[in-house]
Amino acid sequence: MADRLLPLLVAAMALLAALALAGAEGAAAMAARWQQGAASAVTLQLPAGTPPARVEAALGALRNLPEVAEARLLDRARLAALLNPWLGEAAPEVPLPVVIEIALHGLPAAPETLAARLEAAAPGAAVEAHGVWVARLVALARSLQAVGFATLVLVAALAAAVVAVAVRAGIAARRDAIAVLHELGATDGDIAHRFAARAGWLTGLGALLGTAAALPVLALLADLAAPLLGGDSGGWRGGGVARLRAGLAALPWPALVALPALGAALGWTSAQVTVRLWLRRLP
Amino acid sequence: MTIWRPRRQGPFSAAMVRFSGVGLRYPAPGGDGAVREALRGIGFTLPEGSFHWLLGPSGAGKTSLLRLMQLALRPTEGEVELFGQRVGRLRRAALPRLRRRIGVVHQDFRLLAHLSAFDNVALPLRIAGRAEAALRADVAEILRWVGLADRAEALPAGLSGGEQQRVAIARAVIVRPALLVADEPTGNLDAEQAARVIALLREMHRLGSTVVVASHAMKLVEAYPAPALRLDAGRLVAHG
Repeated sequence: MADRLLPLLVAAMALLAALALAGAEGAAAMAARWQQGAASAVTLQLPAGTPPARVEAALGALRNLPEVAEARLLDRARLAALLNPWLGEAAPEVPLPVVIEIALHGLPAAPETLAARLEAAAPGAAVEAHGVWVARLVALARSLQAVGFATLVLVAALAAAVVAVAVRAGIAARRDAIAVLHELGATDGDIAHRFAARAGWLTGLGALLGTAAALPVLALLADLAAPLLGGDSGGWRGGGVARLRAGLAALPWPALVALPALGAALGWTSAQVTVRLWLRRLP
Repeated sequence: MTIWRPRRQGPFSAAMVRFSGVGLRYPAPGGDGAVREALRGIGFTLPEGSFHWLLGPSGAGKTSLLRLMQLALRPTEGEVELFGQRVGRLRRAALPRLRRRIGVVHQDFRLLAHLSAFDNVALPLRIAGRAEAALRADVAEILRWVGLADRAEALPAGLSGGEQQRVAIARAVIVRPALLVADEPTGNLDAEQAARVIALLREMHRLGSTVVVASHAMKLVEAYPAPALRLDAGRLVAHG
């Protein structure tokens, strides 16, 4: 009975683990991408032709604010490069505003209040605080990643407990046979190996089934998330098959391939520990 | 039997089994913290190559004493010495190696139901790590010795009580144990099968094993005279 139920239970848990794993990987990818935007949490623009002395005064005032980790002037060449896609080679000829990039110590609780304080420190400046919101998204993505890994640990612990219960049921059903093996001089390792080999095989099989079952769902989610990661959803171009292909290509394959092997290792280890602990009651 | 040569037997000098002031207490059924004293103050020595009957009424402690001898229990007091080693001083991990030198025969056979007679008999050799190719001839020969060469592939459920007990004896002696203990081995057998089983145990003794057989079948004991340990209410009341 346990032999039939164990792979199914482990398959269900492997499916959850695969979802959690892919979720964590996806959140990490999104966080990494958005992190670039969050690096300059705030930009501040002064009108073109602002005298250098006023710019220096503004920089000094900004650097004195407790929230500001760094305030630096965006040099003209980099600004021209950024505008190149819109203005072409004419960018250097056009009067460009003075742009100050500001990195903050941490995310402000009230971005609007911060914007007002920055404007006060640099009168006449226009504050662009979109980076604060991006940084919040990064924090959210990081939290999702942590939740994904925590879920993974929880599922692994649950799987180990399920294996332990199944092995204990197996021990109870084979108590007499174990006593005979013990009496004939089998070591704890010999007896534990018999259970662990079987448990490892069954949990590995269950993990393989669960991971395989998760693939279509993961592919769909990966395809939906593609635009958030700077890619393109295959669905907009080629329908279901293209969408599935694009989604499958985006999956964290090394981690997913490792999942059945990790499942088997978890089952083997859990069975070894359970049997060896039980055998301690024998002399 | 050609796979074994008789052990060299000199005068009974080396002690195969020595019990010194051995006691054994079990938690009494009911779980109220009370204990039941199964054995008390047991002391004796069995020389190497000896044959002993273990006698006494039901509940006298024969099975407990044999379980101590086969390392299935540890005494709650006193000292058990096997093969010249004080068992109480050995690490738990060292006991399997000693158990492989002890053959055990039970009244209820204790064969593994899903294994054939051949595989039941081969089990101790496989546990000891004997290569598959090397064990086949030995198992076949021991099955011939117990008269079951033609039942090698039969499962225990397809064997009679006498046949199962002979498989159990074959399993117990396949590793040529230095010590062979049998707990009421004829209890479930008719007189003819019982005589056959005792003859096999006597043959093991002749080949050099130290043999201890618990029984309350006095006719059988009288038919095969040998020294006896006599228990009553957990105490050793006679030895010799």
